[in-house]
Amino acid sequence: MTAPATTPDELGAAEPVSGRLSRWATSTALAVIPIGLAFLISAVILALLGVDPVAFFGDIVTAGITRESGRFDVITRMAPIMLIGCGMIFAFRASLWNLGIDGQFLLAAAFVAGLGPVVMANLPVPLGWVVLSLIAMVVGASWTLIPSLLKARYGTNEIVTSLMMSFIGVYLAVVLVSGPFDGPAAVPQTDAVPRDAMLMDIPGTSVHIGFLVALVVCFVTYLVFARTSFGTRVDVLGANPRAAIHLGINVPRLIVVTFFISGALAGLAASMDIQGIFGYMRADWNPAYGLAVVPLVFLARMNALALIPFAALFSLMSIGGQYAARRAHIPSDFVLLFVGVLLLCMVGTQYLNDKRARGEPLLPHSLRRAGRG
Amino acid sequence: MDSLLSERFLTELIIGGIAAAIPLLYASLGELVAEQSGVLNVGLEGMMLVGAFAGFVATLETQSLLIGLAVGGIAGILVSLIMVLFCVRLGMDQIVVGIGIVLSAEGATSLLHSTWFSRSYPRVPSAEGLPIPFLSDIPVLGPSVFAQPWPVYFGLGLVVFMTWLLRKTTIGLNLRAAGERPDSLDAAGVSVVRVRTAAEITAGLLAGIGGAYMAIVAAGTFTPFLTNGAGFIAIVIAMIARGRPWWTVLGGLLFGMSLSIATALQLAGVKVPTAIVFMLPFVSVVLVLIIFARQSRLPSALGLPYHRGSR
Repeated sequence: MTAPATTPDELGAAEPVSGRLSRWATSTALAVIPIGLAFLISAVILALLGVDPVAFFGDIVTAGITRESGRFDVITRMAPIMLIGCGMIFAFRASLWNLGIDGQFLLAAAFVAGLGPVVMANLPVPLGWVVLSLIAMVVGASWTLIPSLLKARYGTNEIVTSLMMSFIGVYLAVVLVSGPFDGPAAVPQTDAVPRDAMLMDIPGTSVHIGFLVALVVCFVTYLVFARTSFGTRVDVLGANPRAAIHLGINVPRLIVVTFFISGALAGLAASMDIQGIFGYMRADWNPAYGLAVVPLVFLARMNALALIPFAALFSLMSIGGQYAARRAHIPSDFVLLFVGVLLLCMVGTQYLNDKRARGEPLLPHSLRRAGRG
Repeated sequence: MDSLLSERFLTELIIGGIAAAIPLLYASLGELVAEQSGVLNVGLEGMMLVGAFAGFVATLETQSLLIGLAVGGIAGILVSLIMVLFCVRLGMDQIVVGIGIVLSAEGATSLLHSTWFSRSYPRVPSAEGLPIPFLSDIPVLGPSVFAQPWPVYFGLGLVVFMTWLLRKTTIGLNLRAAGERPDSLDAAGVSVVRVRTAAEITAGLLAGIGGAYMAIVAAGTFTPFLTNGAGFIAIVIAMIARGRPWWTVLGGLLFGMSLSIATALQLAGVKVPTAIVFMLPFVSVVLVLIIFARQSRLPSALGLPYHRGSR
């Protein structure tokens, strides 16, 4: 700023561009550094377990990128992650901790799978898909009502209530699939819809159109927060509920609405998975996306467009990781370790960046002194 | 239906319920201490899981319940140090770090289990009960309630101790102040960071012991994802208990007994979906929350990092 050669005019012209650029560089670095660290740490862990990390990560690339079917599987898996992630973005930007995703997701899945055969038998194909998805969204969203109403009316901590509702939802889904929705098969599972009534594939691929739906939802979510007053109201609520009240925002209603959207998107994710991949649901099916998607949302800094590459990375790690883990004779839960370590690395990187932004030295005082000897 | 009410059956039912309740009791007591100091310890499930694995390995090597529980507790403390570093010292988001701990612990214990025990599936010998004279002679209740392994009695003693500590001592006052008004505590010359560190380490210790008890006594073995959400149930119990340690006993028994009833019904061949029985304690807690919503209050600084001098 003290450089005498630049006139104020030039400064004014240059500032926004360089400011935007450096902000962009910062957020990229904040995503890339933790991912690199997480790869490094998990490579060390793999080596300690006696698994060759290079071969392991090579297998992930083989199974998830090189093979065409693997590539399609990875893209297919992205759909529920992006949808759930967008739902989380709505809730988290409002500082509402919807930790009940698994219950909302599974309950919606049970309804889609249970009602699917009846609905598809009576409605033409595209309309049936829409009706089932709407049912799923209503079911997922309605499962957020108790937490959100209690939060809005009495300020009851939504973490407890959404977690409780999640457990109830998961068990209720099991009850539904093994009871009223149980099909003729020997194991508790619903009737399957015929193959041609399931979501169609994107032409030329084996990826069902749920991926396109997820892309649209990501884009819309991005626009809501970038361009609409609703998005701004959610952000204000998240930053400071008291300020939101002073601005005349109807805070209780906004809490209920954001929670509702978040649950509806979890329901939509379930509808896409059931209608696109399986056509039926087994009572013991639970992909447990809930907690695993949280890190991606934070890595994307609650930006729905930035979520897409991270969803791709996670999807690659879980699809390719399954194959690599089988080849290395370790459980595929390795992916959980990777995501957990990634989250912790991210928090650490964020801390250092906050410090840098405040202009403080990165190393503690004592350590720097020791370094200088 | 005769078999359902037989003495032996009821005894087994109560023993199973208490076995499931004790890990919840320990873990939620630890969580309660952390929450009172203002740390929302979402990583509890991870601490229990790591404690369960470490405790199981230790008991397997030494055949000692005491050493197993101690090692489980130490492992829990080690995990809680992540929370201490990131959340208490550096003031980062407690929920994010907690979720990171849960995911890492799930992955790590599953990997370790498969590398060490994937083919052997070892078990530890069942823990011996410690019958209390006279009381253990009562039919049904005697052999079930009053002949438990010693950690059960120890846990109840711990509840009494914590009640005293929280209500009657300066330590308890400092703890609650760190959760309610950390700036006032700081102004009074007590380090908020130090109080919260101690509370968080206590949470790790008790969660680790709880997890170890689950593996060594309740299950007799370790399987991946052994805790199966118990950590989150314990968080809920602690939030409802709100600083009253006795409530962790009630909450633990409520969930423990329903788990035991579900297993028992299954064994007795009764045609009730077990999922419904598992669901009941959660439903009852949600009902309680709805009815008493107005009275539910958590420490006002819960989940908020404390930065000295910031407002």
